[in-house]
Amino acid sequence: MSFPKVRVPYLLLLPGFAFLFTFFILPIINLAQTSTQTPVAGGDTGEYEQTLAFGNYIQAFVENKEQFGRSFLYASLATIFALAIAYPLAYAIAFKSGKFKNILLVLVVAPFFTSFLLRTIAWKQILGEEGFVVPGLRSLNIIGEQTTLTSTSIAVVAGMTYNFLPFMTLPLYASLERIDPRTIEAAGDLYANGITAFRRVTVPLSLPGVVAGTLLTFIPAAGDYVNAAILGSPNTKMIGNVIESRYFKIVDYPTAAALSFTLMAAILILVTLYIRKAGTEELV
Amino acid sequence: MSKDPITARGDLRLTRITKSYGDFTAVDDLTLTIPKGSFFALLGPSGCGKTTTLRMVAGLEEPTVGSIHLGDTDITTTRPYQRPINTVFQNYALFPHLTIFENIAFGLRRRGIKDVKEQVDKVLNLVELPHLAERKPTQLSGGQQQRIALARAIVNRPALLLLDEPLGALDLKLRRQMQIELKWIQREVGLTFVHVTHDQEEAMTMADTIAVMNEGKIEQMGSPADLYDDPETAFVANFLGQSNLIKGKIDGNDGDNLVVDLYGQKISMPKKRSHAVDNSLYAGIRPEKFRISRLGTAVRGNTLTGGHIEDVSYIGVSTQYVVAMPWGQEVMVFEQNDDGVAPFDKGDEVNISWEPNFTFGLRGDEDVDAGTEVNPEELEEE
Repeated sequence: MSFPKVRVPYLLLLPGFAFLFTFFILPIINLAQTSTQTPVAGGDTGEYEQTLAFGNYIQAFVENKEQFGRSFLYASLATIFALAIAYPLAYAIAFKSGKFKNILLVLVVAPFFTSFLLRTIAWKQILGEEGFVVPGLRSLNIIGEQTTLTSTSIAVVAGMTYNFLPFMTLPLYASLERIDPRTIEAAGDLYANGITAFRRVTVPLSLPGVVAGTLLTFIPAAGDYVNAAILGSPNTKMIGNVIESRYFKIVDYPTAAALSFTLMAAILILVTLYIRKAGTEELV
Repeated sequence: MSKDPITARGDLRLTRITKSYGDFTAVDDLTLTIPKGSFFALLGPSGCGKTTTLRMVAGLEEPTVGSIHLGDTDITTTRPYQRPINTVFQNYALFPHLTIFENIAFGLRRRGIKDVKEQVDKVLNLVELPHLAERKPTQLSGGQQQRIALARAIVNRPALLLLDEPLGALDLKLRRQMQIELKWIQREVGLTFVHVTHDQEEAMTMADTIAVMNEGKIEQMGSPADLYDDPETAFVANFLGQSNLIKGKIDGNDGDNLVVDLYGQKISMPKKRSHAVDNSLYAGIRPEKFRISRLGTAVRGNTLTGGHIEDVSYIGVSTQYVVAMPWGQEVMVFEQNDDGVAPFDKGDEVNISWEPNFTFGLRGDEDVDAGTEVNPEELEEE
């Protein structure tokens, strides 16, 4: 191999590496340093010094156990609901939509044309007293006269489910669409009825999409704070909300940084276990 | 009817089957019986309805009109998974997420068969690939995948095995080898095989009985030799091998033979091989049945004189000649290179002759080009 050929791949990697180094690696190092700082004795608010106080981590975790738990609970629920909604949707688009396939795919992506924030605020309206959901459910006697939906866990999980639905739908669609319909015919030919063929052939072959979709939903959902801030109440605070308020309101940088690292580690561990179980080779 | 269709056995009978898609009729009033234990081929060009017919037998399509029986059981509307019928799909359709062993075991497991391991091992030995049991389909070559697809179907010992262009994706040499193997396996397991193909050579190599299909109908059905030696239509004459079709007139009888006038030269042919409905007829002679001789040499049988060699192609086992006849038609002649006689040269004046018994007669109103414009290699069936 000649000299320039060896260099080309590295040259191509350079811009991406430079970007990630500046905007990811350096901030992470900075964050790690911040997470073990303590306030300067007698200093101003927001003035900290490095004391390698690893106790910050324990303290931050103990104080916010509840919010951590809630983050993972809400993110899990939103992931499960998104999967339940997205799978039939992606299946229909992949196998049953005929000439409407492209239109439906555009519709799946269409929410991205408006801001994430705006759509979440719209959900506040939809679930509010003036929206159609609450009066509708009341008239059907599903919820009582006093029950509201805004500022509840239901609203937060619903908002998250909605916001992350395209991230679930698209990878599912991509893996379902790649299935050769003849393999499903072959399952029928080999004595599998519709349900068995779905369970034994369609589902296993769509697993890469399930894994990708659940990761793309769960990871951002676990760190999300917008849905909880707009649709929730103090009782539905997630870890993202705590980090946000520690950082911007209380100016408690070390705790915010420690919480961020703890969240990152927790997600990494969970995702690793999940991929191990789902079979890594299917992911590629 | 009350019997569980999965246990049905016997001949497959299609009765007046029609399948339409909107205005298009894929299969047109087809009636066909496939005897139990036979190797049956549906042969025809792309779009002739053979694959649609196969899919109706498999249960993947439902006929618009007509009924399908297996033995005494009506299976016209039976779901595919309730039929004792298995298919070797065109591109094999192996399950990519399962090992070869599990691919083959799939049908057995669905039916709750007990000795799965034993049966799968047995069929893997039959297709001579026992060492591949733990591989995934993508790790196999085309020929190996083909055998696994076959194993996955025959392990269920179905009443009927359907093969949809099973060798289409293989290269020529492998295809020849698999043709012989398939025939051997069919004899070994004794199942009824229904084979769909556009490759006439493949159909003739393997099948006991061939039904030649064209435009949703069966043109002719019979053994490979019957179809080749005594085609009833120009389509069959041209689709199976090559034919020289020479326009003529029936001029009289001579015992069991007809006297036919071909552009003023009299020939003789067996009466029973004429499918003409009136006096006009096409005399059909296969290229390898002709003998070429120099003018003035004594020859036996039917002779047409006044030709000259237009083109010579030497292809080893034989030499192919194009002979221009006095009435302007060019006929094809294949001569075996087995007699040490110096081949003819371009421009030589010659007679062509043949045994009268080798002549077949087609209706005079036939389209002589039917079945010739199809190039099976180019028109891959979807």
